[in-house]
Amino acid sequence: MSVSTLAPPARRGPSPRQRAKRRRLIQYAVLVVAIVVLILVADWEQIGQVFFRSDMIYATLTQGLGTALLNTIIYSAGAFIIGLVGGTILALMRLSSVAPYRWIAGIYIELFRGLPALIVLLAFGLLPLAFSGLIIPFDPYGTVWLALGIVAAAYMAETIRAGIQAVPKGQVEAARSLGMPAAVASRKIVLPQAFRIVIPPLTNELILLVKDSSLAYILGLSAAGYELTKYGRDLSSTNANLTPLVIAGLCYLVITLPLTFLVQRLEARARRGR
Amino acid sequence: MNAMSEAVTDTTPPAAGPREVVVEVIDLHKSFGSVEVLKGISTIVHRGEVVCVIGPSGSGKSTLLRCVNLLEEPTSGRVVVMGEEVTDPDCDIDRVRSNLGMVFQQFNLFPHINALQNCTIGQISVLKRPKEEAATKAQENLAKVGLAGRESAYPAQLSGGQQQRVAIARALSMDPGLMLFDEPTSALDPELVGDVLSVMRELASEGMTMIVVTHEMAFAREVADRVIFMDGGVIVEEGHPDDVIGRPQEKRTIAFLQRVLDPTHVRAGEEDEAHYRRHAADHRTAGSTTRDDDLTPLPGLPH
Repeated sequence: MSVSTLAPPARRGPSPRQRAKRRRLIQYAVLVVAIVVLILVADWEQIGQVFFRSDMIYATLTQGLGTALLNTIIYSAGAFIIGLVGGTILALMRLSSVAPYRWIAGIYIELFRGLPALIVLLAFGLLPLAFSGLIIPFDPYGTVWLALGIVAAAYMAETIRAGIQAVPKGQVEAARSLGMPAAVASRKIVLPQAFRIVIPPLTNELILLVKDSSLAYILGLSAAGYELTKYGRDLSSTNANLTPLVIAGLCYLVITLPLTFLVQRLEARARRGR
Repeated sequence: MNAMSEAVTDTTPPAAGPREVVVEVIDLHKSFGSVEVLKGISTIVHRGEVVCVIGPSGSGKSTLLRCVNLLEEPTSGRVVVMGEEVTDPDCDIDRVRSNLGMVFQQFNLFPHINALQNCTIGQISVLKRPKEEAATKAQENLAKVGLAGRESAYPAQLSGGQQQRVAIARALSMDPGLMLFDEPTSALDPELVGDVLSVMRELASEGMTMIVVTHEMAFAREVADRVIFMDGGVIVEEGHPDDVIGRPQEKRTIAFLQRVLDPTHVRAGEEDEAHYRRHAADHRTAGSTTRDDDLTPLPGLPH
């Protein structure tokens, strides 16, 4: 490039900038061609019928979508609370000065982060069969809460541990210097700051749980316990039409997209706060 | 106060005088792994005394201070604070600490609560004071450090100097019998140091017992009743500031003070004259544009 400022450019084909422009044009052309072909080839009427059939939309909206949506929220919120409490306890155990606590927490975390959530959920679903007389309270909610919460606790423990460790050591020293016992210093000084740090990653964890609550469809749920996936799947298979599943999917997005947006806002605010 | 310092210039504990002993450190050793940071420190601080600990970095002066409130666990030796042996495993260290104010180099204010709450949280959770009483006390102390009206500010909204003054107010709100300062101005921009030092000067004049680890020689010389010079984990020289800083006897003290004071010459009184002369000479050689007030020396000297 600098040569051209000194001497007239040698005639050696297009300049790098012209070549870059040409490449970009080719990419646009490929995209336009692909879209045109898609529009011409696809059977739009059938696609519309399969994914967005109007009578199916009506049926999906009126046959209990509200209950399913509410159940999805209840499943994921309950699992989140169990995960949060369990994760906090595990994180504190992981940071304990008593070695066996650290080991137990470490084993738990590695175990449940390595297992598919579906396996854990199936196991909890079968527990009452295997242990005769065992009753999981609030079934099926309790089963889903426990199974997903136990898995979520493992992930959240690592997040919370990182948050606790991100609180400067001087904070504990200042608190202890005021005469606070270690437990009070943790509760009043360290944990509030740690949770502020981990709110964005924990919100991500909530988003994952909303989606993972779909696994509950594997349990033999009664209609009152249907969540979005089970509800959409049942309607879809009875009617051999995907519209109910599409609507169920849209419902997930209605929950998760605002949360994603919230995480972005929180992260931006955390960056400004530093 | 000066008479006092003479009595303790001798590092062996003096005969019990009329004044109350606040801190007694006896043959204190502290090792981090294989590194021995404190190699047998003994000293006594009496009620109302202001002791400045000076020395090069790594000399163990901060560690000594942190051993007093047991933020560092001494390896051996005894530390007795207000009659309680904190090195005794049965000592209720939280109760002793609630009676000790600690001010850190990095302020360590609690960032998630505002200035007032920083000053009340210890009173409420440790001293079990009622909220209103704690708030009143906190307001008094914030006003005392010149921050009346900033009660609702969060630490991030305050300058370094303001944060350090909130930290002092936080410590004072516990009504401590002894204040520990760990290089309170070392993390501050130079123009903010003066406000913090004047708060500390005021505290000293009110008779607060203070142990101050500092690099501010002018402050030490002006405010301290006694200066301890530490190097290599031992007390090298100890006594009245005019002696230790003004007429140091030990080679290591002289070398340290030269390193600290020489680059600027703004702090030690005896060096002032030489500084003045040298600068006056500079100005003369620099040309005739010099105004008279340019020759007014020592811009860095606080107050």
